[in-house]
Formats: sequence, structure tokens, C-alpha cells
Amino acid sequence: MYKILVKQQLAPSVQLFEVEAPLIAKKAKPGQFVILRVNDQGERIPLTIADFNREKGSVTLIFQEVGASTVELGRLQQGDFLLDLVGPLGKPTHIEKFGTVVCVGGGIGIAPVYPIARGLKEAGNEVISIIGARSEDILIYEEEMAAVSDQLIITTDDGSKGIKALVTQPLKELLDSDKTIGLVVAIGPVIMMKFVAETTRPYGVPTVVSLNPIMVDGTGMCGGCRVSVGQENKFACVDGPEFDAHKVDFESLMARQRMYKPHEKQHSEYIAGKREEGCKCHSH
Amino acid sequence: MSLSLNKNPMPEQEPKVRAKNFAEVSLGYTEELAKAEAARCLQCKAAPCRKGCPVQVDIPAFIKEVKEGNMDVAIAKIKEVNSLPAVCGRVCPQEEQCEKYCVLAKRGEAVGIGRLERYVADTARNKGESIAAIDYAPDAQKVAVIGSGPAGLAVAGDLAKKGYKVTIFEALHLPGGVLMYGIPEFRLPKDEVVQVEINNLRKLGVEIVVNAVIGSTFTVDELMEEEGFDAVFIGTGAGLPYFMGVPGENLNGVYSANEFLTRCNLMKAYRFPECGTPIHVGKKVAVVGGGNVAMDGARTALRLGADRSYIVYRRSEAELPARLEEIHHAKEEGIDFQFLTAPTAVIGNKDGWVTGLQCVRMELGEPDASGRRRPIEIPNSEFVLEVDTVIIAIGQGPNPLVQSTTKGLDTNKKGNIAAHEETGVTSKPGVFAGGDIVTGAATVILAMGAGKKAAAAIDSYLQEKKAK
Repeated sequence: MYKILVKQQLAPSVQLFEVEAPLIAKKAKPGQFVILRVNDQGERIPLTIADFNREKGSVTLIFQEVGASTVELGRLQQGDFLLDLVGPLGKPTHIEKFGTVVCVGGGIGIAPVYPIARGLKEAGNEVISIIGARSEDILIYEEEMAAVSDQLIITTDDGSKGIKALVTQPLKELLDSDKTIGLVVAIGPVIMMKFVAETTRPYGVPTVVSLNPIMVDGTGMCGGCRVSVGQENKFACVDGPEFDAHKVDFESLMARQRMYKPHEKQHSEYIAGKREEGCKCHSH
Repeated sequence: MSLSLNKNPMPEQEPKVRAKNFAEVSLGYTEELAKAEAARCLQCKAAPCRKGCPVQVDIPAFIKEVKEGNMDVAIAKIKEVNSLPAVCGRVCPQEEQCEKYCVLAKRGEAVGIGRLERYVADTARNKGESIAAIDYAPDAQKVAVIGSGPAGLAVAGDLAKKGYKVTIFEALHLPGGVLMYGIPEFRLPKDEVVQVEINNLRKLGVEIVVNAVIGSTFTVDELMEEEGFDAVFIGTGAGLPYFMGVPGENLNGVYSANEFLTRCNLMKAYRFPECGTPIHVGKKVAVVGGGNVAMDGARTALRLGADRSYIVYRRSEAELPARLEEIHHAKEEGIDFQFLTAPTAVIGNKDGWVTGLQCVRMELGEPDASGRRRPIEIPNSEFVLEVDTVIIAIGQGPNPLVQSTTKGLDTNKKGNIAAHEETGVTSKPGVFAGGDIVTGAATVILAMGAGKKAAAAIDSYLQEKKAK
């Protein structure tokens, strides 16, 4: 059992958990992920590690309550326990001195970009970060990103903070400037990562994205997370989660992400119904 | 009394009924049936059946006790060498092993050794076995077992009984490996059988650490150098699914058998939405392959509500690698076998969902390297099988996680760990391996057999180490 040491609401429906997991904290590297289960009936939920503290023996997980399983997860309180937590899984980010790097984070994807930006900064890179969200109230990790970036650019869809633009606009401006950019790292919604890939492709700037496809075991056993990368099937859990953005077949990835949409609705309704039943019982 | 040439049949759920539920297909012998079956055993001195058993259970001895009604003695006899009799009684291919050598098999049907083993194990379990914890010596040596499938469980059971402190590391959240994620509930009940047999090992004193991925959470070198393990056994199995390499395999509705079965068995997707893991089945399902895993996939699909469940196999019925009993059960339940049929592409719609499996018909030509007649495509025989789910059950390779993170551990061309067949000794001192990770995908009992041999070798290695 894995104790939730800190619970913090970062934005509406976005939660941060700092979880006691000394073995995982000891090994975790930027770019890796964990899989957790809330309870005995629960799904295995993969989450990218947003931070780790080796001294304290904890890992930080940030998630958005989007389906029944993440809503269940969000109902846990500080002091509660996760039933299962396994990791670190996947290959860590390849970190070296590239010169100037651009770290792009969109929405909840800003969280996993953070340890990568920090790692790249520590390796001596000039780190320019672009973080974007729909609006200011759901923008997370601004201070953290500012602390590890030489320059931080903020974009929002509605202009409530920073530039009113998508993340690709300042990215293109950077690519057009006289700076030599050695690497772009982008994590966010699949559609954002796809457009980042399309933005950097004409410039030939190496671009890495971190994929979070549907997954069960996370150790290469089920193949559910297969992604076509350069015409070849790769398993995101063991070959990734990071891949060369210019080789990823984003269309097929987006289609696969939709596979369980009807099930998600059914599961949410079931959980909501059960909760209501539970409430009725308490009132008697 | 004349000896019956036929086995006493084991009561089963009606095919039509069972094809719609996940309860066990076979109901097991009653005491009366078990005694009657035990009475068929000739108690031959030579006991040829034993040589067919990879773990060498003293078969005539335990059957004699069944006949005389001494079930406590019968279970003790089996457990001398086999820690998982309720599992083996259900999933061993007895017709290829012990029963193949039974003297009765020359004139009729062999003694139902598997059915009797199952009966003895179930009787003991239902009565509630008392298992005494091992009293470890203060200087007991420590052994790490990686993977809690059949090989790892066999190693752990044998070494614990010899007084070694065994810790099993399992990557998933429940121990059992393929017994949990692969073999369906209707063939091998999880809570009632698998977890009970594993808990018996815990009661002996075996420690099981779940959620531990070796190669990541710990490496093999760390287990030996930092965690104080004197020897390591690797039994990580064949856990890397093969795909066909045909167009359309990433469409929605295409599963590896591993994923389909894991969702259903380990994650209990058949109880969705009460259990949170979803599974997609649709109305028509095609399972590609002809082994036990393919049968499991096709039969699971029926139980999840498919109207039609096909087995698509490129050779003929005679070459099906699945157990006869499984094929028989699948046919009874209405599985539609498309023999001499090979998929060439998965067809999908514009939303990315499967709508069909494009296939060609085959005929058998000359024998190939495996000795089986090679299937050859019949020209212009292309057709589309209309399905909305495709399950690929054409085999698994070795999971590379441990090999790629362990210094000095040799592998072969296929990525399997190179280990001595009789001892499990690998290229790395103190590290042993066995089961599917060494041989490639095989059976539960072969993995257990490899585990037993490795346990013996680990015992001698550790005795020698201590003497130094």
C-alpha cells in the first residue's frame, strides 16, 4: 500500500498527489511512468511521473479527472492509500547537452515536462519552455517551470494569461529566430503533439514526444500500447514512452485513444449510480 | 468385475449453458467417481506413467490412496513433488504426458490421472489444509525468484521446503503469472484455486512481493549485491506478444491474445462496469491461431457475448497444437473453425474500427522443418470474413526486461535466456533460469518441471557456497 502524503488541487479537476514509494523514488528518472490501482475492482492507470524526491522516498503524480477511474482516484484524500503502484516503467528521457532546447507542455502534459526540463537544465542546456492551457485557471506548474527555464512562454486559448495562441505559434517564432535549437520536447494532448511535430518538421529539429496510449500491464506483455513509429510497431510501455515525433503515426494513435469511449461513459454512470446508492444508505 | 476400457467421464456444465458464463466448465469427480476411476489403475510396478510426468509425481501411490479413501495421504504423496496439484490437474496436457504411457492406453483409455489429481487437490482444499510454517535456520540462505508463474512457484515451493528463504518478485499486482492473466476463469478459477494454492506457499513462508519489475524496481545485480540474495532464479515467461505483420493490425478491435485474456482474466473485464477495465467484443470475433491460447480466446469471446466466434488456422485440424480436450470443448460450445485459412489483412472503416479479416485459403504441401505439412496459398482464394474483433494468438516471445538489464547474462538469437536444460544454470554465476523464458512458449507443467530441476541445482550450488 502506498500512502498519499500530500494532496493538492492544482486546477479544477486537476490533482497532485505526492505518494510514498521509496523504491520507485530511488530509481525514477525524467520521462518514466508508473501504473497504479485505486482499489480491487480498479483499472491499471498509467501516469507519467511529475517529480520524485529520493530523500523523502516519494513520487509526485498529477492527473486530470477525465473518466470514472481518475474521478475515483481524485476522491482519495491525504493519508489514504493507493492499493497498487508499480514503476518506474518505460525508458527515461535521453538527457545530454544539446545547447538550446525547447520544452513544450500542454494542459496536464506540463507536469511530465517539468522533470525533463529540469534534467535538461541541469545538463547545461539553455531551456526555453512553452506551456499552454485553455485558460489561466487550468494552467498548472507555472512557477515550477519558471524555476527550471531560462525563458518561459505562456499561451492560453482565450488569452486570459500570456499570449492568446496555441503553443505552436511561439514555437514557430523560435524556430524562425537566429537561435539554433538542438531539441524540442513536447508533451500534451495527442493533437498538440502532432502539430508540434508538423511545426518542427520543416526545420529538421529533432523532436521528442511522450505518448500515453491505452495500456494494461506496462511491461511489454499485452501489446495494447502499440504505436506505429516509422512504419514499425513499437510498444510505448517498454520501447517508449518517448519517440521521435517525426516518425509517429498520430492519426492511428488518436483513433486508438477513442477505443473505449462508450465504455468510459458506461463506467462513469455505473460509478455515479453506486455512489448515489451509497449516499442513500448513509442517510438512513 | 471387468475393467472398463473407458475413463469415467467428468461431469461438466452443458455446452449451451457454459458458453454464456465464466464458471468452470468441468465440475470434477464425486468421491464415488474418483474411487471408481482409481480402481481402474493396475498399480503396475514399472509405473510407466511416472516417466511422462515432468515433475515425477508418484502416480500409482496416490491413486492407491484414492481407491482406499485415504485422501490425506493421497494429497501428501502428490505434494511431495508438486506444490500446485489443483492447477496441474486442470491444465496439464495429461494425454501427452503421464496418461500417454499408461498401460491401459494400449487397449482403451488411460486412467484419468489428471482428473484424479484434481479431485484429490480439490478435496484437500475444500477441507481446509493445515500448512505448517517452515522454521528457518538463523543463517538460512536467501533466494530471489523473478516471476510468479508456474516455473517460479515450483522453484519457490521446493526451495522453501529445503529451508531456504525465498522471495518471489512479481511485476503485476497479483501473483500467478499466466495462471492469472492467461488461462481463463472457466478452465482455472482464480480466487478459488490459483490464489489458494499460492497462499499455501505463503503459509510455508515464501514471501511474495507484487508490483516489483525486475530490471527496473531492482536489477538482478542489485538483488545479489545489495539485497543479499545468494541465488536468483529467473522465470519471467513468454510475455511479448507476436503480431502477424499484416496491414490493419493497429485498428480498433484488434487485440493480442495476451491483452484480450489479461483484460478478461486478471482485470475481470467480464464484470465490467463493476470492475473498471473495459473490453470490446462485438458480434463476430475471429481468433487467429490454433493453440490452447487461441481456444481460450475464442471461448472467452463467446462468453463475453459474441454471437459468432471463429478460429482461423492456416493448417488443418490434424495439426492444431491445442489440447484435444480444449478443441472438443470449443467445438461443443459452437466455435466455428476455419481451417486452412490464413489472414492477409485486417480491414477497417474510416473511424479506425475493424470490419473484417481478409484471408486466403490454403492447402497442405510437403513437410517443413517442424515435420508438419507446409500450408501453401491457393491462388485466387481470397475472401473476407466479416468480424468486428480480431484476436491474434500466434505465439509470444521472451520479455526482454531482465536480460537487457543484467550484466553477463547470455541470450540466444531469439532473445531467450541461455540456460542448461537440466539445471537452469546460466552464464552468470548464481543466476538460474527456467520455463518459457528459456524454452519459448510451452506448457505450465514443463515450466514447473524446469523449476524443479533448477531448484535442485540451486540447492547444490548454495550448499557448495556455504561450505566454502
